[in-house]
Amino acid sequence: MTVLGNPRLDADRIIDDRRTRIIVCCGSGGVGKTTTAAALGLRAAERGRQVCVLTVDPARRLAQSMGLSTLDNTPRLIEGVDGAADGSLHAMMLDMKRTFDEIVESHADPARAAQILANPFYQSLSSSFAGTQEYMAMEKLGQLRRSNEWDLIIVDTPPSRSALDFLDAPERLGRFLDGRLIRLLTSPVKASRPFTRVLNAGFSVMTGALTKLLGAQVLRDAQTFITAFDSMFGGFRERADATYRLLQAPGTSFIVIAVPEPDALREASYFVERLAEERMPLAGLILNRVHSAGGCRLSAARSVAVAEALESTSTIGGPNDPVAEASSAHDPAHSAYAVTAAALRLHASRMNLGEREKRVAGAFTSAHPAIPVLEVPAQPEDIHDLAGLRRVGESFAGE
Amino acid sequence: MTARDTDWDGVRLHVVTGKGGTGKTTVAAALALALAHSGRKVLLIEAEGRQGIARLFDRPPLPYGERKIAIGPGEAEDGRGQGGDVYALAIDPEGALLDYLQMFYNMRGIGSALNKLGMVDFATTIAPGLTDVLVTGKATEATRRKQPPGAPGGFAYDAVVLDAPPTGRIGRFLNISAEVSGLAKVGPIRTHADSVANVIKSPQTAVHFVCTLEEMPVQETLDGIAEMRAIGGMQVGGIMINMARPAVLTPEELKAPPDLAAMAEVLGEAGLHSTDVLAASLAEELAEHTRTVELADLARAELDAAGQPMYELPLIAEGIDLAALHRLAAVLRDQGAA
Repeated sequence: MTVLGNPRLDADRIIDDRRTRIIVCCGSGGVGKTTTAAALGLRAAERGRQVCVLTVDPARRLAQSMGLSTLDNTPRLIEGVDGAADGSLHAMMLDMKRTFDEIVESHADPARAAQILANPFYQSLSSSFAGTQEYMAMEKLGQLRRSNEWDLIIVDTPPSRSALDFLDAPERLGRFLDGRLIRLLTSPVKASRPFTRVLNAGFSVMTGALTKLLGAQVLRDAQTFITAFDSMFGGFRERADATYRLLQAPGTSFIVIAVPEPDALREASYFVERLAEERMPLAGLILNRVHSAGGCRLSAARSVAVAEALESTSTIGGPNDPVAEASSAHDPAHSAYAVTAAALRLHASRMNLGEREKRVAGAFTSAHPAIPVLEVPAQPEDIHDLAGLRRVGESFAGE
Repeated sequence: MTARDTDWDGVRLHVVTGKGGTGKTTVAAALALALAHSGRKVLLIEAEGRQGIARLFDRPPLPYGERKIAIGPGEAEDGRGQGGDVYALAIDPEGALLDYLQMFYNMRGIGSALNKLGMVDFATTIAPGLTDVLVTGKATEATRRKQPPGAPGGFAYDAVVLDAPPTGRIGRFLNISAEVSGLAKVGPIRTHADSVANVIKSPQTAVHFVCTLEEMPVQETLDGIAEMRAIGGMQVGGIMINMARPAVLTPEELKAPPDLAAMAEVLGEAGLHSTDVLAASLAEELAEHTRTVELADLARAELDAAGQPMYELPLIAEGIDLAALHRLAAVLRDQGAA
């Protein structure tokens, strides 16, 4: 089906391969990541896998169609999945704050955990840090994988402003936690720490500046937060590193999702290159919402030419033209001309759109000729039930 | 200056949001062009450093600085009116932080030292609310900025258009006081946040939603509007329906099932071959189009129920370039958005 010259991504082979334990769906916002992840999950479950789909921010109706109405951080069994092949489908929505809270609780003694959970900086960090969602999605993925309850976990990455954010988030958090600024902020409250006089002077200028910038109360909160958090830094780092290694392991497959639009494919390109740099295993690209030509191969130019001819016949008419007498638009003969001309124009714009999409996709495929690509045709309606997901899944079938 | 009334005459800061993939940046750019008429000066700000504006206007990546990137259309009515100017600024948190330090404390030097220490990482990592304050702070500063002494007076920019984060994050992005109050109850950040909030929650600011006529974007738009209304003082602007596909026939014509035999005959008259097969596949495409039109009408009705002014921008199949932006700007002007 692919007209692009790249090998075809065989999604069925990936989900049927028992060695595949994790599939990460990534791509920029609005390209259908969640739907694709859910469709892959359903198809894998109906082909005999024990699947858990971890989704971060699904469209409400899709979530409802899968029976997920609450954000409760627990995998839920999805009803209505065909269990003939002994597979099952669970799905969960990530609650990033709760996931973060759980990490804190598992790494700190109760008194310290309570102190951290109550700190305004922790609350800001855990509920709104742009990278927290990414970081927690990866953390949850690690937890699910370690539990060994599922033999295939499909994760839908957060709707980041950039598709790359989720790879960087753990590192950024780590860099921040290990950063010099942390040392600077924590030093004034660690009174016992020895400093040379020069260093001290430098620091006090800095803290003075920070106080001026942030205000004394903010600085104090930040300091107590970081001091309390200090004991957990090591654990955080280790967890982030473990998850990172998990993503590089042979049982993981990345699938990049895009639509045939320049922005989405540009992001996809960056992502493909970045995955290669990080030695993360890329399975291929799923190109959603492709407008295929359908059964009719009449070219756009020819369609327009014929439509123009029909329109001039039907509006002006000639002396020998039976339509000339039919001035009324309700006349069946007139209407056949008008409808046919309209259908031809519609067909022409569809062919043009298809051509443009091919050109846009060509920019990606010519830069990455070896990457397997799977085209999924545009669906006229949004998907909000299992039947719809099953239909999408059918387009993953091998040829 | 023309006396033409527009729907947003009192608005000087236009915040543009929308679900990912709906063409938010394109619409923001078209709105900036539409506002830049009759010698007016408009600043187009990109809040998330993706350099989408530079790409749209076919420019190299924008530095942190206000640059003129386009000239607005002249007044068509008399053919003599002059156009305006569109300036662009891509905000990055680092630049905004240094600006903030310079503006309020005159300490850019210490800012770069803090930057080396990871101050920017600090701000973006631990307290994203602070980053949002810096970004919205820059936008409100540009909105309120006066012309330098000696100039004709008035504001430096007649209007500012902010290409804001997507709908999913817009509430948090704009509800600055709430974001910051958790962190800073008093102090300079708080004072700054409050003054930013005063501009954002005033009649001179409107939040426009870019939407396509599909289920998910419509739902997100309605959710976003409800979220904005829940924040006191926030003015919801227009709904800008983007990439609308015109219907090829009237609703009645679309509803009637096409007469395949008549279509085949007409196609044959026009000199085409295998007309039965052709007519059947054309009819199939027509039926799909009819379904799309019906769904689009449902989506439009849902959006209409929100009670905000709606504008409709056509799908430009060839892709967006400067000419296309001007076309979209003209559509926005014709419909009274600017």
